[in-house]
Amino acid sequence: MSTTTLEMAPVVRSTAQGITRNAMEVATSVTLALVGAAAIWDSARIGAGWGADGPQSGYFPFWLGIILAGTSFANLLPILRGRGEHAGKMFVTWPQLRLVLSVLIPTVFYVAAIPITGLYVASAVLVAYFMMKLGDFTWRSAVPAGLATAVVAFATFEIWFLVGLPKGPLEDMLGF
Amino acid sequence: MEEIGLLMQGFAVALQPDNMLLMLIGVVLGVLIGVLPGLGGANGIAILLPLTFAMPPVSAVIMLSCIYWGALFGGAITSILFNIPGEPWSVATTFDGYPMAQQGRAGEALTAAFTSSFVGAFVAVVMITFVAPVIAGFALRFGPPEFFAVMFLSFASFVGMAKGSPLKSLAAMMLGFLLAAVGMDTVTGQLRMTFGSSEMIRGFDFLVAVIGLFGISEILCSIEDGLSFKGQKAKIDLKVVLRTWKEMPKHALLAARSAIIGVWMGITPAGATPASFMSYGVARKMSKDPAGFGHGKIEGVIAPETAAHAAGTSALLPMLTLGVPGSPTAAVLLGGLIMWGLQPGPMLFVEQKEFVWGLIASMYLGNIAGLLVVLVAVPWFAAILRVPFPIIAALILTVCAIGAYTVSNAEFDIVLMLIFGVVGYVMKKLDYPLAPLVLALVLGDRTEEAFRQSLLVSEGSMGIFFHNWLSGGIMAAGIALLAWPLLGWLRGVIASGMGRARAA
Repeated sequence: MSTTTLEMAPVVRSTAQGITRNAMEVATSVTLALVGAAAIWDSARIGAGWGADGPQSGYFPFWLGIILAGTSFANLLPILRGRGEHAGKMFVTWPQLRLVLSVLIPTVFYVAAIPITGLYVASAVLVAYFMMKLGDFTWRSAVPAGLATAVVAFATFEIWFLVGLPKGPLEDMLGF
Repeated sequence: MEEIGLLMQGFAVALQPDNMLLMLIGVVLGVLIGVLPGLGGANGIAILLPLTFAMPPVSAVIMLSCIYWGALFGGAITSILFNIPGEPWSVATTFDGYPMAQQGRAGEALTAAFTSSFVGAFVAVVMITFVAPVIAGFALRFGPPEFFAVMFLSFASFVGMAKGSPLKSLAAMMLGFLLAAVGMDTVTGQLRMTFGSSEMIRGFDFLVAVIGLFGISEILCSIEDGLSFKGQKAKIDLKVVLRTWKEMPKHALLAARSAIIGVWMGITPAGATPASFMSYGVARKMSKDPAGFGHGKIEGVIAPETAAHAAGTSALLPMLTLGVPGSPTAAVLLGGLIMWGLQPGPMLFVEQKEFVWGLIASMYLGNIAGLLVVLVAVPWFAAILRVPFPIIAALILTVCAIGAYTVSNAEFDIVLMLIFGVVGYVMKKLDYPLAPLVLALVLGDRTEEAFRQSLLVSEGSMGIFFHNWLSGGIMAAGIALLAWPLLGWLRGVIASGMGRARAA
């Protein structure tokens, strides 16, 4: 099972099921318009006009927000009228999305783990996990590779460059 | 010829053993970065930038700019051998480079690519040597309105010359400006758009954004295609190199034309990627055998590579002289200058002669070093892509996380990096250009400052930007560029309206 995921992509055709490009265009435009609206709202709150000592803090972002919201709506129009140049195309097909998530979800866990375990332990686990889950490696090669990554990173940053990276209980135990 | 003397002083700086070593490290790292998917010039430099804080600025900039040259060289390796453009500007190189490799002419294609990259870079560096001091001297007279006008022009040219939707360029740019504005207002000290979150007070660091937008998103994009690298064998020996070099003078005119296209596109903030495509297109159009392009024609390798490298190099000209970078990588280097405590802009040429000329001299030497390194070590660099993707992906994610953390020793920045990665993935797939976003993020504060200072002088009147022929002229050029897509759109509307009228 674990070895087959990477070989699925070539059979993907453009007619495959997935998230349509237009749906994603609409979602992105709406998100950007909301960001613009948030900027307008916050700028209006702190003052977007002319103060006693020149332009107020909100002056510049206020107009940025208006342009962003405006362009987002303009992007939206042709799609809503069904005339988008990418009508009917896929943003990402389900098999593609599964591949993307197979990288993205472990990465989310990796980032979430760094404050708890420290960066070195988390990186070692990430390397070993990717090798076993996405590649066809057994723990016999994956575990040493993960350890090697952590040790090389530690030697490079903590010892050579004297740059401290997040450390966890393991490093505390080892006395660093 | 005052420049020659200054350049010689620069060589004295760049030829110091420490700096030579850094140059070599930079070039090797750069080629590595250029070969690996997910690590490009911009985010490779972004990751390594925090490690250079302890170095003298001139050594730091020599190493980082050499990473950039290395990445420019490295992009060609994967395009030719694997049909995978390591960098966006090497996409056009795949058109003829990969067919050549399939025909067993990989060595020839690689030699041609590296040599023409070198030629392109050389032309651009010579141009920088003589033009930069002139522009910098001219720009010394700039006030806030002129600086705002220059930035306005460079952002307008993103909209006017965008290959895709101008609206999307504009939206990406505005997003970049807004992200730059988050946090403490540098003029009044007021908090903006933090929405009560204490993590937002620091604002968004452009290095974190670059690592996410260019690094993480690239990993996500490349996993979609399944990624089993199938490469052609790279055999490159002295015989092939010499034979190809003997052929090269025949294409001197092509190289010269491509270099000019590249230099021009690099100075205007369009960058290396469109330059390579444009140069390829022009070469095909002007060739006697246009049908042969795409099937392994050496001209199809020379044209884009010369232009891309010329553009990548000359993108540093506006960065050095005006403080307005011409490409995302130049933008990251500009961010570096600010972090090392240097003030980018024309004053650099007056106050930091050693820095400027050391950098320019290192451009000459770095490109020679780069050419030698890639010619000698191509098979080793190509072997890197034979490392299975899961290992490469995990290592790149780790390196990106380390890079994001070291920017300001904040764990939250790693989370931001991941968010920027997903944002970048969506934007890339929807053809929102990332370059204007990054440039706006880097230049946001300085643009706003120039804008507000100008308005302070004029007490709120926009007329200040047209107060003399200089800023007025630049602003007018910017407005013309902004209006360009609008004109095309209007013409389309009128034409379809007339077509409809005729049909009725």
